[in-house]
Amino acid sequence: MTAQAQQATDKPVTDRIETRVEVNAPRSRVWRAVSTAREFETWFGIQLDGEFAAGATVRGRITIKGEPLTLDLSVERIEPEHYFSYRWHPYALDPKVDYSAEPRTLVEFRLDEIADGKSTAVTIVESGFDRIPLARRAEAYRMNDKGWAGQTKKLAAYVA
Amino acid sequence: MSPSRARAASKLPDAAPVFAALGDTTRLGLLGRLSAAGPLSISRLSEGTGVTRQAITRHLDALERVGLVRDDWHGRERVFSLDAKRLEIARQYLDHVAAQWNAAAARLKAFVEDGLDSSRG
Repeated sequence: MTAQAQQATDKPVTDRIETRVEVNAPRSRVWRAVSTAREFETWFGIQLDGEFAAGATVRGRITIKGEPLTLDLSVERIEPEHYFSYRWHPYALDPKVDYSAEPRTLVEFRLDEIADGKSTAVTIVESGFDRIPLARRAEAYRMNDKGWAGQTKKLAAYVA
Repeated sequence: MSPSRARAASKLPDAAPVFAALGDTTRLGLLGRLSAAGPLSISRLSEGTGVTRQAITRHLDALERVGLVRDDWHGRERVFSLDAKRLEIARQYLDHVAAQWNAAAARLKAFVEDGLDSSRG
């Protein structure tokens, strides 16, 4: 386990969420889905204006209830086939609000080979919620019902 | 938005100080003990912690200020118990964030696995 993952585990539990999913595909395939903008945007449900590269900020565009919104992903670190991380303003979905001065959360993807390399465990960690202003967290909660349900439906339609 | 969700959202402004109060291992430990064996007195809560009674009292006061615990006087002794409602608000917020990522992870899985055999794109 990397030092970074160890640190994350020690953070207060209220500051972070962790999700793990096992994908029945080799790690190289999953890595492409996570780390290339063209594939990421498809399953995530976002249009990205550039390719992911360490230090790059990629502008994302999503449509919520017919309203186009932008969301910047600042790529932190890319370790091919293993680790990908970026920072963003979680649920920065109100076009009338300037989020630029607010703290951002860190999103990390970790890929591990399982089942002799036939499958891949993907661990997604988002941390830094304790620094997000209270009003924004309340807003995130409210906006979510509108926002993410729609993204899920879009992907279901794409995959079908 | 369902009525229950609307209620949960309207309660959220209360959640931030709760998160701050939870960001400490001693306080999390106190909540754990109160959850398992509460109500408990300050002396019982101090036992085996390696932390002074005074420090434990300060932690309990911090938890009480945000409504995570409440105290009652039993004779000359303060006895603390969990206020489960506030804990529930904090939990709901985290559950909500986690649910979004669970959904995204499921979409990632479906996207990769469905594309494998046909080699589309």
